[in-house]
Amino acid sequence: MTFLGRLIERFREVTYSTLRDSRGLSERGILIFQHTSEVIRAESLLKAAGLDVAVKGPPPEVRTGCDLAIEFPIVSELKARRILSDARIRPIMVLPLQDLLLEPVSLFQIKDFGTHLMVRAANMKITVSKDDLEIVNVSGGGCPDVPFLADQLVGRGLYDAPEPRTHGQTLCGYALQLAYEELKRQCPG
Amino acid sequence: MSWLIVGTIPYEGFPLVEASCALTKDSVRLGDRAVRVVRGTAALAAAACLTVEVLGIQPPTVLLAGDIGRGDGSTSVYRRMVDRVGEVNERLIVFHYLMPDVRWHDRILMALEELAEKPVLVADAGYMYVAKMSGSAPSYDLFTPDAGEIAFLADENAPHPFYTRGFLLQEEERVPELISRAYEHENAARYLLVKGRSDLIASKDGILAEVVEPCVDAMEPIGGTGDSLTGIVAALLAAGKAIPEAAFLAAKTNRLLGSLSNPTPAFSVADLLPALPNALEMALSH
Repeated sequence: MTFLGRLIERFREVTYSTLRDSRGLSERGILIFQHTSEVIRAESLLKAAGLDVAVKGPPPEVRTGCDLAIEFPIVSELKARRILSDARIRPIMVLPLQDLLLEPVSLFQIKDFGTHLMVRAANMKITVSKDDLEIVNVSGGGCPDVPFLADQLVGRGLYDAPEPRTHGQTLCGYALQLAYEELKRQCPG
Repeated sequence: MSWLIVGTIPYEGFPLVEASCALTKDSVRLGDRAVRVVRGTAALAAAACLTVEVLGIQPPTVLLAGDIGRGDGSTSVYRRMVDRVGEVNERLIVFHYLMPDVRWHDRILMALEELAEKPVLVADAGYMYVAKMSGSAPSYDLFTPDAGEIAFLADENAPHPFYTRGFLLQEEERVPELISRAYEHENAARYLLVKGRSDLIASKDGILAEVVEPCVDAMEPIGGTGDSLTGIVAALLAAGKAIPEAAFLAAKTNRLLGSLSNPTPAFSVADLLPALPNALEMALSH
């Protein structure tokens, strides 16, 4: 691409980004920590894992003892949480920047098919056979880890399958994890 | 009409492939590679291949790469899309399972909007999420959300279905209200095909059509039935049908797939697809 082409593209990017800002839209989330040392370690780990992160000051309404926060792509929340958890770093809050009051889905729809039971959380559904608790289907979702997680889960026992959070990367994977946990509550082993 | 399906498949390391697709017994063939039809973009492409055979039109080109959620395959697909937009001669592009990434999305949309004639744009799955997230939903011609996803489109504050506010995640009876709200906040495509107990076809003017029969409960848990629906509607659009008609016929066909296959909740979409040609013929003959 020519210099002029790059310049035009950059101008357009800024225009789109300004339009998004004017509508209050953001695809970013923030991780809030207790201590600055955690922010520094977390930033290195998340960057090393390929996440597009930036250290920023937290919004005033969520300011705690630590004056730094990490901004990251909210769709990769499950991946970020796993990386931090593996390093024994616990963010005290994970929030979507678009609206700091939003919370993860907590309502579940449960559908009984007689022989099978399905649980839906947000956009994700998981279904087991009531006889032997085999996971027979995973549906819904739109992030690319969903078909992969479905391959990992379908055909396995509810209590033998790897939890979706083990291999999931995205918020769809996270929704599937919640549906899976609810299904376990519905079908104690 | 030349048309394109853009997505990913859940195989780590599967390279970027851009090829015309053909269906074999249980896989989609892309050039010299075969992809098993389970769900996701492979199921969409399989349904599209079966539909174009019945309609006697050209099969789609498929652009995809392996991505298990790390975003690497999506990035290579995005990059290729940006590089090829100038040479695009497709009149219809269907975007599917891709890691939502607003910056790449915007680059692609900007380039498409520069074309003398913008292709018809259909978005489902992750690309529908990013289209809404970017504030560009009205630039698309058709979204195909399910009940959880229409609640997300209706929630002007939610960046992803996972953060949809609880008061919007209610029963299917409220779907018409959610559709209105999505249009009110400019978070819907020109047309919506909302999948559910009844399938609704809508625009900013309201509900245009409803498809309720046949109703096969066991279809809901089967992974890939939304993908097959998107594949069918896309092929009908490629055949020149208007969007509301294509959406209606696709919804009818997908439902007939269920009634002809007599599924249980343990079926896979691959078990249903052999019935697609009959289902489509039945829908077209109505």
